[in-house]
Amino acid sequence: MKLQINNINKSFAGSNNGQSAVEALKNVNLTVAEGEFVCLVGPSGCGKSTLLNIIAGLTAASSGQIDCSGRLGFMFQEPTLFPWLKVKDNIGFGLKILKRSKEKINEVVDYFLELTHLSNFKEAYPHELSGGMKQRVALARTLALKPDILLMDEPFAALDAQTREMLYKELQEIWQFSKKTVIFVTHNVREAVVLGDRVLVFTARPGQIKKEFKINLPRPRDINDIEVTKISNAINQELKTEVAEAVKELEHYEK
Amino acid sequence: MKNKLIRLAKPLTFIACLILLWQILYWLKIWPKWLFPSPADVWLTLVKGFANHTFIWGILISLKRIFIGFGVSIIIGTLLGFLIAKIKLLRETVDPIILGLQTLPSICWLPLALLWFGLNEKAIIFVVLMGTVLSLTISVKGAVLNIPPILINAGKMLGADGLNLYRYILIPAILPSYLTGLKHGWSFAWRSLMSGEMLFISVGLGQLLMFGRELNDMAQVMAVMLVIIVIGVIFDQLIFGKIEKNLRAKWGL
Ligand SMILES: Nc1ncnc2c1ncn2[C@@H]1O[C@H](COP(=O)(O)OP(=O)(O)OP(=O)(O)O)[C@@H](O)[C@H]1O
Ligand SMILES: [Mg+2]
Repeated sequence: MKLQINNINKSFAGSNNGQSAVEALKNVNLTVAEGEFVCLVGPSGCGKSTLLNIIAGLTAASSGQIDCSGRLGFMFQEPTLFPWLKVKDNIGFGLKILKRSKEKINEVVDYFLELTHLSNFKEAYPHELSGGMKQRVALARTLALKPDILLMDEPFAALDAQTREMLYKELQEIWQFSKKTVIFVTHNVREAVVLGDRVLVFTARPGQIKKEFKINLPRPRDINDIEVTKISNAINQELKTEVAEAVKELEHYEK
Repeated sequence: MKNKLIRLAKPLTFIACLILLWQILYWLKIWPKWLFPSPADVWLTLVKGFANHTFIWGILISLKRIFIGFGVSIIIGTLLGFLIAKIKLLRETVDPIILGLQTLPSICWLPLALLWFGLNEKAIIFVVLMGTVLSLTISVKGAVLNIPPILINAGKMLGADGLNLYRYILIPAILPSYLTGLKHGWSFAWRSLMSGEMLFISVGLGQLLMFGRELNDMAQVMAVMLVIIVIGVIFDQLIFGKIEKNLRAKWGL
């Protein structure tokens, strides 16, 4: 499903202790083709999460519009499994709301449990899982609704390198056969290069798209591949100045 | 089973020691017998009270009142709590008033209740209601406001909106704090009921307690106090405490 973002601006009203308004996004334009995997990288606080929230309709943009038809799935930056539901009920949550039959729900849940290698934890509660397993459940829960567009906000940021690499592999496989449109936010440039068809670099706040890198490497890609390293270095170069900018602003903020 | 016995062994031994101490104090005859009965006197009064059914009726009538008062409080408190949490206007108007009224000890509602309803059941149930409903409202409101917004967003992205959002996200999300609130609410209700029953003529445990005083029967006073404590413990620890503990374990809290 195609996704078009036109001239999005967003500023947050300042809080009541006399702060001025925060300009989070400025003139963001982006077109994502059907089945495309787009990665967003940028300094902390530049508005990446805000952009995803606007696309998802959870936050209203100050101006601009979003064109997208099709079902959206969202994997959040923070853990969002429902602690009162077992793994299988977390995964089946969306289908239950759609009032699908029990058999149908079980079938879909079992399929995604298998896909994310969680079959043994079907009956567990979220607090009994490791961080990586929780994120896999969150992925399965999002995929179970068969979204056309997948919004992923640093879904693997809190995980160790080994688990992360395993999940890259799983995600690439899932994406290759399901051909979903994905927008993937990350701080990790290599991660972006391994996963994306395109990597977009954001400026420091207010976030704007500064530069775009097309990644034409064959899949599946390995994070230690020399080409991946080369492109990552180029992107890092681009990012450095923006991160420096963001840090300067933070220091200013503290004073 | 064996573990349970071991876990209970310490508190039970302690209680046995207390009773022994009580008995020794009684033997020392520091206070006159009618002010300080022996454990056996209290036990006999208990047995007699249950045998001639006065205690049983007292318990049943008090429980009936608390079930009605507490039940109505749960309904009103839960609805009001949700409304205040969800409607900003109510948060700015009703909420401060509720916080203010909550500081009023529930028994202070008794004169008003007696004038409104007369000397009857309704008055005492009203006192129980006023002693419980505000604290429940406040705890439900707090619980709803404390739900992490990200969980609500996750629910929305998975298709839960409108009533589904309440049914599948908001209500389950507040359950642990709701149960804690119910537990507190129950103890408020129980206290309100006892003070209400003691202050005006009405069958019930509170009145049995006052009878003991009027007859100068300290054994009766202590026996009824024991019954009140045991009922409190049963509901507080065994019923609400158990449910709460199981739920918290399930959530990993
Ligand atoms: N609800 C809000 N109210 C006020 N300001 C907000 C709100 N949400 C975000 N902001 C501000 O908007 C800016 C962008 O935030 P956002 O969360 O989108 O950053 P981000 O790029 O996702 O950062 P990170 O990489 O650290 O997750 C930040 O400066 C933040 O302080
Ligand atoms: Mg973010």
